[in-house]
Amino acid sequence: MAGAGGGGCPASGNDLQWCFSQVKGAIDEDVAEADIISTVEFNYSGDLLATGDKGGRVVIFQREQENKSHPHSRGEYNVYSTFQSHEPEFDYLKSLEIEEKINKIRWLPQQNAAHFLLSTNDKTIKLWKISERDKRAEGYNLKDEDGRLRDPFRITALRVPILKPMDLMVEASPRRIFANAHTYHINSISVNSDHETYLSADDLRINLWHLEITDRSFNIVDIKPANMEELTEVITAAEFHPHQCNVFVYSSSKGTIRLCDMRSSALCDRHSKFFEEPEDPSSRSFFSEIISSISDVKFSHSGRYMMTRDYLSVKVWDLNMESRPVETHQVHEYLRSKLCSLYENDCIFDKFECCWNGPDSAIMTGSYNNFFRMFDRNTRRDVTLEASRENSKPRASLKPRRVCPGGKRKKDEISVDSLDFNKKILHTAWHPNDNIIAVAATNNLYIFQDKVN
Amino acid sequence: MLSKGLKRKREEEEEEEEEEEKEALAVDTWWLDSDHPAVAQAPPAVASSSLFDLSVLKLHHSLRQSEPDLRHLVLVVNTLRRIQASMVPTAALPPVPSLPAAPGMADSLLASSDAALSASMASLLEDLSHIEGLSQAPQPLAEEGPQGRPIGGAPPSLGSLDLLDPATGCLLDDGLEGLFEDIDTSMYDSELWAPASEGLKPGPEDGSGKEDTPELKETELKDTELDYLMDVLVGTQALERPPGPGR
Repeated sequence: MAGAGGGGCPASGNDLQWCFSQVKGAIDEDVAEADIISTVEFNYSGDLLATGDKGGRVVIFQREQENKSHPHSRGEYNVYSTFQSHEPEFDYLKSLEIEEKINKIRWLPQQNAAHFLLSTNDKTIKLWKISERDKRAEGYNLKDEDGRLRDPFRITALRVPILKPMDLMVEASPRRIFANAHTYHINSISVNSDHETYLSADDLRINLWHLEITDRSFNIVDIKPANMEELTEVITAAEFHPHQCNVFVYSSSKGTIRLCDMRSSALCDRHSKFFEEPEDPSSRSFFSEIISSISDVKFSHSGRYMMTRDYLSVKVWDLNMESRPVETHQVHEYLRSKLCSLYENDCIFDKFECCWNGPDSAIMTGSYNNFFRMFDRNTRRDVTLEASRENSKPRASLKPRRVCPGGKRKKDEISVDSLDFNKKILHTAWHPNDNIIAVAATNNLYIFQDKVN
Repeated sequence: MLSKGLKRKREEEEEEEEEEEKEALAVDTWWLDSDHPAVAQAPPAVASSSLFDLSVLKLHHSLRQSEPDLRHLVLVVNTLRRIQASMVPTAALPPVPSLPAAPGMADSLLASSDAALSASMASLLEDLSHIEGLSQAPQPLAEEGPQGRPIGGAPPSLGSLDLLDPATGCLLDDGLEGLFEDIDTSMYDSELWAPASEGLKPGPEDGSGKEDTPELKETELKDTELDYLMDVLVGTQALERPPGPGR
């Protein structure tokens, strides 16, 4: 496995020294709303890294081939393709504007020379094909070099067109548009391991699509109550199992996860497994439900575990045990005493994502003040790092950060009251094989690598 | 576009808001100073009152959005219910500096807020479901088009029964010709955006076709010839050569 920490032990979050590699995006203090990154995703090989933003644009970075003459620019990510995925729309029936913000991007496994990804806003999912063109044909018989048609009766000799190299052109074209299937806001899309279907989830429903068919989808989960007055819970995230094509999970605003098996019934309103941790009575407050709301759910690569992110913690669940998680990692427990303020300024509703590393030995999630956290599942150690322009010297090591919950602040610590709650890291991604991570900080994308890598 | 009922209730609550505003501001500073870890569990009645006000404000703000964030709305409403539940047993609010409301007034505020809250929540959610129902109104025209309705969100039972085998939950091949056609994407090279336009133009194309008069059919033919010629001129179509001698 590339990027091993050395000594043969599996590389994880804390045996390594994380270093700054690159930062993408404008340096301006004034951040344009449209430039705020709303999703980050590596493809299956890790050679491509896609970001979506609030302005509906997708930017894809490609990892450069390692170059012996430039060993320092090993595996740098450079812009490969940029395109406008979604435009703002107006729903005339409801008199509503539909945001163009890209909520999620998911790559399809590569099957030929072209790359495919799904991108979605609140209402519409699109399948994009990204392909390269580095040759063009010249010497047509029926048209000349300008493309003008030649009079066929004037042609006296035939020639065989030849392929000539040209500057690499990367084209993105929309191949499918999956529209009109969601009344509520889409929060998740997930490609099935069968590589033919995918699911899309909104607040109350989950639909199953076939990648080839755009004019119909199958509703597989519907939690909308007959009487909307009885609505107390919404779907917050959903994902297919990485290997079992009939299994998926969805999380709720009440901190529960339901695992469904599509073989058991066509409609998966009845779950096969129900995961919920009983509430700790000692920490009960008015905000218990809000902070238990799950903002992200991710299966481990092995398919044995799943991870959920709620407001203050990350939990790892064994799929065979529904009663409680096998691990709970505190992300920023020092915020528990600040829940009132965080409720007032709406930060308590922020939706943080989480991700696994390739071997499933470490997990990562974001926090405030441009901090992000890594947890090593084997050594039980954790670290807080910061994505900032100050630590942006090439190959500069990241220094662990510490937050002082209250009282006396030690040197190099930052107090809770000094945290900038506008600088939130909601989206992070980990390369599927190597120790390379992408961290989205508002309008900037930071890429960090480990020293050995 | 939302119901009149909602507006009326909001007006009532806006009056209450003005009354409470003076108190709310002062109380805000009190509980914002939250270094004390016990603040969240502070004397429930006092914390509840300011939290209640805040939650009502949040609910209003959420309801005022053209399309409310359902998750945010549900969480705020549930929190409000929790706060209400904790306040009900207390007949009077304990005296707090700068909170001049008399116990009786607090009670009536609670009572009317409760009713207003439920009513506005109920009407909003009903509106959401009515709007959804409205957007599905064209559903009955589905029979006209061979490909079925592009508009999703079909009543789950209907959609599933039609297209999913109940036993296995797998997609049925019957009656879905062309479902697994050649997936070579070059087929779609000239069909950018076609699926979306399908979605915007429901069935009637087929329906009106059946009523064509011979005259109309002739015109249609001429149209397609014209299209073909246009394509050739523009260069998207290769010219079809007439068969030469000896063929």
